[in-house]
Amino acid sequence: MGGVHPPENKLTADIPIEYLPVPESVIIPVSQHIGSPANPVVAKGDTVKAGQVIAAGKGFISANIHSSVSGKVSKIDLAADSSGYKQTAIFIDVAGDEWVDSIDRSNEIIREIKLSSEEIIKRCFESGIVGLGGATFPSHVKLTVPSGKKCDMLIINGVECEPYLTSDHRLMLERGEEILVGVTILMKALKVEKAMFGIENNKPDVIVHITQLATAFKGITVHPLKVKYPQGAEKQLIKALIHREVPSGRLPLDVGAVVHNVGTANAVYEAVQKNKPLFERVVTVTGKSLSKPGNYMVRTGTPLIKLIEAAGGIPENTGKIINGGPMMGKALNHTDVPVVKGMSGVILVPREESVREEIKPCIRCAKCVSACPLNLEPYLLMTLSEKGLFERAEKERITDCMECGSCSFTCPAGRPLLDYIRLGKSSVIKMARQRNLK
Amino acid sequence: MSSTVLITIISLSLLALMSAVILYFVAQKFKVFEDPRIDEVQAALPAANCGGCGFAGCRNMAEALVKADTFDGLNCPVGGAPVMAEAARILGKVAPVVDPTVAVLKCNGSPEFRPRTSAYDGAFDCRIANSLYIGETDCSYGCLGNGDCERACAFDALHMDTITGLPVISDEKCVSCGACVKACPRNLIELRKKAKKDRKIYVACSNCDKGGPARKACKVACIACTKCQKVCAFNAITIENNLAYIDATKCTFCRKCAVECPTNAIIELNFPPKKPKVEVEAEVTNG
Repeated sequence: MGGVHPPENKLTADIPIEYLPVPESVIIPVSQHIGSPANPVVAKGDTVKAGQVIAAGKGFISANIHSSVSGKVSKIDLAADSSGYKQTAIFIDVAGDEWVDSIDRSNEIIREIKLSSEEIIKRCFESGIVGLGGATFPSHVKLTVPSGKKCDMLIINGVECEPYLTSDHRLMLERGEEILVGVTILMKALKVEKAMFGIENNKPDVIVHITQLATAFKGITVHPLKVKYPQGAEKQLIKALIHREVPSGRLPLDVGAVVHNVGTANAVYEAVQKNKPLFERVVTVTGKSLSKPGNYMVRTGTPLIKLIEAAGGIPENTGKIINGGPMMGKALNHTDVPVVKGMSGVILVPREESVREEIKPCIRCAKCVSACPLNLEPYLLMTLSEKGLFERAEKERITDCMECGSCSFTCPAGRPLLDYIRLGKSSVIKMARQRNLK
Repeated sequence: MSSTVLITIISLSLLALMSAVILYFVAQKFKVFEDPRIDEVQAALPAANCGGCGFAGCRNMAEALVKADTFDGLNCPVGGAPVMAEAARILGKVAPVVDPTVAVLKCNGSPEFRPRTSAYDGAFDCRIANSLYIGETDCSYGCLGNGDCERACAFDALHMDTITGLPVISDEKCVSCGACVKACPRNLIELRKKAKKDRKIYVACSNCDKGGPARKACKVACIACTKCQKVCAFNAITIENNLAYIDATKCTFCRKCAVECPTNAIIELNFPPKKPKVEVEAEVTNG
């Protein structure tokens, strides 16, 4: 149902993951996840090691933040995030590269899982694991099945439906076995017997590789999927794999499924088997004019410009630098922004491709309605948001929108559908919250 | 032939009479009493239905005025004192004196002072730009320039200046209904007490960052240096969140703060042309 077929442009699919050298200084924001920001537990002048907790998660829906480098905390101050607005961050001057002693830095793959289900969930919280697909929802919350609900299926998201991005693709090729051990760990935490691994057909090398490896693991099956955007979205993937539909306003758990990204599975493996918290991730740096695009393993907090420099620097004809994929990502207004847990890719778009179409009147062609994977009516939601009719927009289920951007992509009149729907959605959420307070 | 006509006339007349009697009793039974004064008061109101009073329209305001014991908290900013006095006369009450106000923009970040660091090409809407990112400049508090306030103004009192990218408010046309105040996602517009000859002194900045970053983003930003606060003899200036604020009810328009401000964040408007500094000071001491 719904969906679009944007040009894939997976330029970096064949380029192996490269380790980016540790930068001279890092800026680590205390909020790199959905939920309440973490509380800094270090002070100016403290020496820290890589893997040390520097900000502790506050409440259930939150995550720990770890230092990604060893060195000295130079200050705790406000720093601009990817939107340019300022938020609290911890600044560290790097000295050497010393890791916390408990981290196992060997390459040996440990397959035996010693921890119990509860211990795994606890370890995920301690290690600051969040969903690495981009939403950065704390993983321990998703692993905790509330009483009264039953989970019978774990779904592993290896779809990577966003054009350009290849970080998950490379990770599956190079860390396949680690990911599968991670999946087994997730299965144990959720107490499920079966896991389904969804991979789109545009990654035949990955499908062959993972299918081969999965034969050695109990309960994991690999499923090639037709290429379609946004198949990597939780609800869409559940529909595609197990043909269950998550009702409006409900969670995947309501249909007995939990979805985790391959990057998350790898992070869970490292946290549980190697005791290594989440402080580095693979980021795809790509763009048609970039001289050395690639997939880089980067420490969190690394200034983005270092990453772009490693990929050959900003090409002259760059019009926009996009954080994330071309469909859901947002343009950046500066390059000092630190790499965070949720950053899966950076795209340097040439000027001629970055300009928006001129906005023309809606011709009621209903292409957006056909494209919407959630069966909403984007043209209507846009008008309602524009006119401030938020009560009506709520009735039209605006909060179901996952902001995939298929509507804006498909609109022949170049209308900024998603911009307005996002505005309406946030206003409706705000309105509903105030109503609940009363 | 004639009898048919006669029967028709009589039967229809009877029917009409019966209906009239039924309708009369029904109307008496379901009569809704409405204070006739509501109509009178509504006629006195400006009929702009702008919502500046806090009610949906003038009719609702009229109902509230009739129902209220005193006029405290009820004011029609569009009509001002004459309209409120008329309403008070109809209802035999006293209209409290409410100072007329006018909208001012607490940002002066034209491109000359606040360099553009990026270009926004999204939907032409301040609310959207504000929710997406900091804006085209490095100031996360300043005007975004997409004209939500202009579209909200029903009195043609506010227009975007194409050169500065900031809204310009007409003192004559502004009725201080507050529509622009609500429309601005960054709360940059304030309704300030009107002074004689439309004179104004206010801090045209909303940047709550510390001095350094604020100044870096905009040359006319308030850097919270507290110089204005020190020079003010009337305790009219407070500094909160790295931002100075001049209380219009305490300000005496001595203009000392504007002279003192190192970044020209304090704006003085509609004063006679500046005389040499010595004379300004002499005038202030005399007054």
